[in-house]
Amino acid sequence: MNQRGKISSQTPQLQLHSPAPYHSLVFSISKSHSQTRPLRFSQPPLTLSGSQTLPAAVALPRLSPSPRLASTLGFTLNPRVASPPAPFSWPSMAASDAPNGDVLIRNAFGSVLAFLILLLIGVLAFSIRLFSVIKYESVIHEFDPYFNYRVTQFLTKNGIYDFWNWFDDRTWYPLGRVIGGTVYPGLTLTAGTLYWFLHSLNIPLSVETVCVFTAPIFSAFASWATFLLTKEVKGVGAGLTAAALLAMVPSYISRSVAGSYDNEAVAIFALIFTFYLYIKTLNTGSLFYATLNSLSYFYMVCSWGGYTFIINLIPMHVLLCIVTGRYSSRLYIAYAPLVVLGTLLAALVPVVGFNAVMTSEHFASFLVFIIIHVVALVYYIKGILSPKMFKVALALVVSIGLAVCCAMVAVIIALVASSPTKGWSGRSLSLLDPTYASKYIPIIASVSEHQPPTWPSYFMDINVLAFLIPAGIIACFSPLSDASLFAVLYIVLSVYFSGVMVRLMLVLAPAACILSGIALSQAFDVFTRSIKFQLPSLSDHSHIDARDASSENIVPDDTIKTDKSEDTPKERMTKRSKKKEKEPVEKPPTKFQIKKRLSVLPFEASIIAVILLVLLVAFYVVHCVWAAAEAYSAPSIVLTSHSNDGLHVFDDFREAYAWLSHNTDVDDKVASWWDYGYQTTAMANRTVIVDNNTWNNTHIATVGTAMSSPEKAAWEIFHSLDVKYVLVVFGGLVGYPSDDINKFLWMVRIGGGVFPHIKEPDYLRDGQYRIDSMATPTMLNCLMYKLSYYRFVETDGKAFDRVRRTEIGKKYFKLTHFEEVFTTHHWMVRIYKLKPPKNRIRGKNKKSKSKTSSTTTSKRKGTRRNPF
Amino acid sequence: MEEQPHFRVPLSLLLFLSLFLLPTSFSSTHDLQILNAERRIDLTSHIIKVYLTLKVENLGTSPASEVHLAFSPAEAEHLAIVKAAATSGKRKKKTYIPLDVKSAELPDGPNGTKFFTVTLLTSLNKGETATLEVLYILTHSLEPFPVEITQSESQLVYFRDSAILLSPYHVKEQTTFIKTPSTRVESFTVVDPAKRAGTELKYGPYEDQPPYSYSPVLVHFENNNPFAVVEELEREIEISHWGNVQVTERYRLVHAGARHKGAFSRVEYQTRPDATGVSSFKHLLAKLPPKVHSVYYRDEIGNVSTSNLRTDYRKSELEFQPRYPLFGGWKSTFVIGYGLPLQDFLFESPDGRRYLNFTFGCPLTQTVVDKLILKVVLPEGSKDPTAVIPFQVDQHLEIKYSYLDVIGRTVVVLEKSNVVPEHNVPFQVYYTFNPIFMLAEPLMLSIAIFLFFVASVSYLHADLSIRK
Repeated sequence: MNQRGKISSQTPQLQLHSPAPYHSLVFSISKSHSQTRPLRFSQPPLTLSGSQTLPAAVALPRLSPSPRLASTLGFTLNPRVASPPAPFSWPSMAASDAPNGDVLIRNAFGSVLAFLILLLIGVLAFSIRLFSVIKYESVIHEFDPYFNYRVTQFLTKNGIYDFWNWFDDRTWYPLGRVIGGTVYPGLTLTAGTLYWFLHSLNIPLSVETVCVFTAPIFSAFASWATFLLTKEVKGVGAGLTAAALLAMVPSYISRSVAGSYDNEAVAIFALIFTFYLYIKTLNTGSLFYATLNSLSYFYMVCSWGGYTFIINLIPMHVLLCIVTGRYSSRLYIAYAPLVVLGTLLAALVPVVGFNAVMTSEHFASFLVFIIIHVVALVYYIKGILSPKMFKVALALVVSIGLAVCCAMVAVIIALVASSPTKGWSGRSLSLLDPTYASKYIPIIASVSEHQPPTWPSYFMDINVLAFLIPAGIIACFSPLSDASLFAVLYIVLSVYFSGVMVRLMLVLAPAACILSGIALSQAFDVFTRSIKFQLPSLSDHSHIDARDASSENIVPDDTIKTDKSEDTPKERMTKRSKKKEKEPVEKPPTKFQIKKRLSVLPFEASIIAVILLVLLVAFYVVHCVWAAAEAYSAPSIVLTSHSNDGLHVFDDFREAYAWLSHNTDVDDKVASWWDYGYQTTAMANRTVIVDNNTWNNTHIATVGTAMSSPEKAAWEIFHSLDVKYVLVVFGGLVGYPSDDINKFLWMVRIGGGVFPHIKEPDYLRDGQYRIDSMATPTMLNCLMYKLSYYRFVETDGKAFDRVRRTEIGKKYFKLTHFEEVFTTHHWMVRIYKLKPPKNRIRGKNKKSKSKTSSTTTSKRKGTRRNPF
Repeated sequence: MEEQPHFRVPLSLLLFLSLFLLPTSFSSTHDLQILNAERRIDLTSHIIKVYLTLKVENLGTSPASEVHLAFSPAEAEHLAIVKAAATSGKRKKKTYIPLDVKSAELPDGPNGTKFFTVTLLTSLNKGETATLEVLYILTHSLEPFPVEITQSESQLVYFRDSAILLSPYHVKEQTTFIKTPSTRVESFTVVDPAKRAGTELKYGPYEDQPPYSYSPVLVHFENNNPFAVVEELEREIEISHWGNVQVTERYRLVHAGARHKGAFSRVEYQTRPDATGVSSFKHLLAKLPPKVHSVYYRDEIGNVSTSNLRTDYRKSELEFQPRYPLFGGWKSTFVIGYGLPLQDFLFESPDGRRYLNFTFGCPLTQTVVDKLILKVVLPEGSKDPTAVIPFQVDQHLEIKYSYLDVIGRTVVVLEKSNVVPEHNVPFQVYYTFNPIFMLAEPLMLSIAIFLFFVASVSYLHADLSIRK
C-alpha cells in the first residue's frame, strides 16, 4: 500500500478490499515456514506498507537469531519497525482512532479532496482532447483510425463471431486480408462493448461518435491508472501530480485526441494499469492482484503490439531485483503467475497465437522465469539446510546447473538461429539496431512514425518533464524500493526506445510523468514544509514532542527530495504509540525534522523555489494546451489555412472519397499508394490494392512499380490487377507538402527492391528527385508525374509547383491510357480511369507495331516477378 | 395523382365494354362543353407547370356540379399535383376560390385515361358558364436527348404532349402556349396553326375539337436548369416537450438530367464556368422555418464545409453545396438537421389534445422528391396520434427508442411519392400527452445515481473480509 501512513488513513475506501486476500495469503506462507528460519523476512522493511507490518510484527521474535542473514541479503533492519507488535491491520487502526474526531474529519476531508482532484484530472484529460471536435468536427482522424472505425462498424453490425471470421475482400485485391486473425482486437472490442452498452440503455449514439470519444475516455482512465501506479511508488501526493501531468502530456495527446481512434489510445491505459497491478502485487504479495495483473496484461496484448515492452520490462525488473538481492516471495508472486497466465492468455489472441512462445521478444520472460525458480529453490534449500551443508549443496547445484544452463542456451540458440529473422520481427530488430530498418526494409523506413525523433520533438512531446526526470530518478533512489527501482528501470528503457522510434515516445510519456510527478511532489513537500515552519504564526506551536527522542535515524534531508517512505514507518509508529494523544497525526514527522535536522531550506529560497516551480508547471500547462489545441487537433483529412479573408477549408480528401463512393460501381477497384488504402475502404467503400497494413511487400512494390513506370507499362500492371481507377494526391496547386510526388522516392525504392528494372538512379539528378527542367526523362515519363501534373499548366500558365517551388519540367502532354474522371476543388486528389483496351485489329501497320510492343512487355513481364 | 397500375387494365376493359353497353347512361358529361381553353405550359425548369383556364358551359337540362379533367397515361404517371380554382370578377378584382379536386373514373374514356373531378361551388344550370383555373404539375417528363453528354455540351431534352387538350368535352376554341427556358429550340412538331416567337411556342387556336381529340407533339429544346431530384428524403421531426423540435432530413440526391459522359476536367470547369458543365449544379437552397438553430449539414463521412445560413424573422435560408458539383447521373447523399423552438409548432387544441403544425414537403427549392418519408416522433408516453393532411398519403405507426426510453416513442410515418414544392403545405398531428412523462427520464437518472451512492456507502461500511 502506500508509504505515507497519514494518507492511507485518509483513503480507506481505496484499500478496504485489500486486507482480505492479503492476510489469508500471508498467513498460509508464514505457516508453512513456521518451523524454518523466516526467509520471508528478508524483505526491505522500509517499503512495508500497513498490512505488511502485520506479519513482520508477528514473526519478530524469530527474526533476531539471524541478523547476519538479513545483512547478507543487503538490508539493514530497522529495529523501530518491529518494536511494537501491531495487532491489527491498518484500516482497523484508523477505526480505532475514532474518538479523535478532528483526525477523522481531517482524514475524510483529505480523501474527499483527493477523490475530487482525481475526478477533475479525469475531466481535464477528457476535455483537453476535445479541441479537435470543437475546432474541427467530430470525425475520425488520419489513416489507421479509419481502419479501426471500419472494423468497429463491422463488429457492431455483424457480431463478434463474424468479426473473428472476417475475411476482408475489399482490400489487398486480389489477395484479401483475414481481419479477425491479423488485427489487435482490444480497441475494437472496447468500442464495440461501449456501443452495445449504450444501446442497451437506449442511448442511440452512432458508432462514429463512440469511436471518436473512446480515446479521451481512456485517457482519463490512463491518468487514474497513473495515479494508482505512482501512489504505489511514492505516495498519494506524487500520484496526484503524476496523474495531472499525464492528463495533459502532449505526447499522449497526440495519439488520443477525440477522433484519434487508434490502438495506442487504450493501450497506454492498459500498459500503465498492468504496471500498477504488477507493483501492487509486488508491494502486497497478493495473488488476487497477480491474477488481475495477468488479465490486464491480456487486455494489453489484445490492444497493441507494444505489449512486448511489458513482457520485457517486467522480467528485467525481476532480474534486477534478484541481482541486487531484493528477491522476496512477493516478487515471485508478482512474476510467476504473470508469465504463466499471461502467456496462456496472450496465446488466445489470434494475432499473437504461438508467437507468445516462439518469438524472441518473449524469451527474456521465460529465461527470467527459470531464473526466479532457481533462486526460489536456492532460498528454500538455504532455509532447510545448515550453512555448511548449504555450501556443499551450492557447489553441487552450481556445477549441475551450469551444465543444464549450457544445454538450455544451446537449445535456445539453435531455435533462434533456425528462424529466418533470428526470431525477431523487423520492427523489433530496428528497436535493437536503429539502423536496421533503413538498411534492409524500406517499407518500415518509409513510415514516418518509425523514424528516430529529433531533439525538438522531445521538447515538443514531453516538454519540461524532460528536465524533471533526473530529479525524479534521484528521488526514486532515496530510498530505493522495489517499486521505485521499477520506475527507474522503466524510464531508462523507455528513453532508449523512444530514441529509436518516434512512435515509442508514447511509452516514454507515462514514465516521464511518473518520475516528474515524484520529483515535483517531493520538491513541493520540502519547500512548503520549509515555509510552513518558518512562518511566525505557526512556529509558536511547533514545539518538540517528547516522542522525537524515539526517532533517531531519520535520514538527512539536504537534497530537495525527501524520502517519504522513510517517514512512513516512523509516522505509523508514532501514531500507534501515541494514539491516545489528541495530536494531529501528520504533524510530528515534519516537526522533528525541523528540529533535528535543520533540513529546512531558507524561507526566502523556499518561496522563490515554489514560485519557480509553479511557473515551470504553468509553462508546461500552457504548452500542453497549445499543443492540444494547435499541433495535434487537426484531423488531417480536412485541412485549414488562415488567410486575410478568413478561414479557408480544404476538404478535398472527403470530396474525392464521397465522389468515389457515390459515382463508381460498388465493385470497382481503386489503386493508390498504400497511405490512402484505409481511407478509401472506409470512406469510399471501394476495393483497394494495397493499404496501410503493409503486410505484403511484393504487392506494394507492384503498385510502386506501376506508379514509377511509363504510362503503357503502368496500364498493363493496373489492368492485370483489375484496377479501374487510379487515385493520386497532388499538393502542387495549394502547397500541400505530403503529396504523392514527395512520397515518390519510396515508390521507386520499394518497387525497385522487388522489381529490378526500376532503378532509383534513373529518377535522380544529382542525387535528388527533381521534377523541374533538370528532371530525368524517366521521371518525366513516369505515371506518377503524368497523373499529378496532367493539364496543370492550364491553371496558371506556368505550371508552378507550390510544394517543390519550381516550374515543372514537362508542361504539355497527353494521356493515352488514362482519363481524368475527377479532380477535387483544390486539385489535391485526382482520380483517373483506365481507358478500355483498344480493339486489336487496326490495319497491318498498327498490328505489327502492337506486336512488337507486346513482345517487349511480355519480355519485361518475364523478368518481373509479378504474382498475377 | 396516385398511380394504380394494377387497376388500370381491368378497369379500362370494363370501361371499354361499358362504352358499348351503356352508350347513354352518363349523358350528363356531354351536356357540358368548353367554350374556351387556354393552356400555358412552363418548361423552364424540370418541374413542368401547366396552367389551364377553362370556360365551361352547361348545355344540358339538368344542373351540373362537376367538371372532369382528363390526362393521358403518360401524364397521369408523372402527375404530381392537380389544383383547381374558380375565378370570379373582372381582371383587377379577380378572386380565386380553391375547389375540391378528386380522382375519378369515367366509363367512356379511351384506354388508360385518368380523370379528375372538380366540384364546382355552385352547380351550373342550363346555359350558365363558369371559369376554372387549373394548375397541374408534371415531373420526370423531360427526356434528355442525347442521353449522354460531355462536359462541354449543353443539355437537350424532349417534351411530349398533345397540341389539343385532352378532354371529355367538346372544346370550341383552344390555344396552347409552351414556354421554353431559352430560345434554343432544336425542333418542334408543327400542327397548324403553330408558330414560335422567342421562348414561346404557340399551338392554336384550334376550333371545335370533339371529345378525346389528341394530336401528339414533340418539342426538342435546350434546358440547362439543374435537374435536382431527391430519390428519397426521410424527414424526422422529433418533439421534445422540454422546448425543442429537432428535424433531421436525410437526402439522396441525384442529377436526373442527361448523363455525364467521358472525362471531367477540373481545369475547364474552373476556368470557363459558363461554357462547361452548364447543366451541372453545385448550389442548393433550402428554405427553413424562422428561428432555426443548431443547423448542421453533413454526410456519412463528416461535415460538409460549404454552407451558408441566412436568418431573419420571417424565414431562414440555408445555401449549401454538395461535396462536388453534380453532373448528370452523379449522386450524393447528405443530412441536414436543425432545431426549432417548440412554441412555434406545438399547440393545444380546444379539446385538450396537442397538435404539431408543420410543413409537409421538401425544403429544397426547385426539387422533385421521388419518395418522401416523413416521421413525426412523438414524446414518450403520447397516445392516439392522428394526422391531418390535405392530400392523400400512406400512414402507419412505428416505435422508436431514443435516449433512455423504456416504452419507446410513437412515430407517425407519412409516405408520399412524387412530391413537388407545391406540396409544402401545413399538416397537423394530434396526440394526447400527459406532462408527467416529461419527468420520467430525469427521475430515472436521479434514482440511478442515488442507488449508486447508496451502494457505494454500503460497500464502504460493510466488512466483506472472510477472516474476522
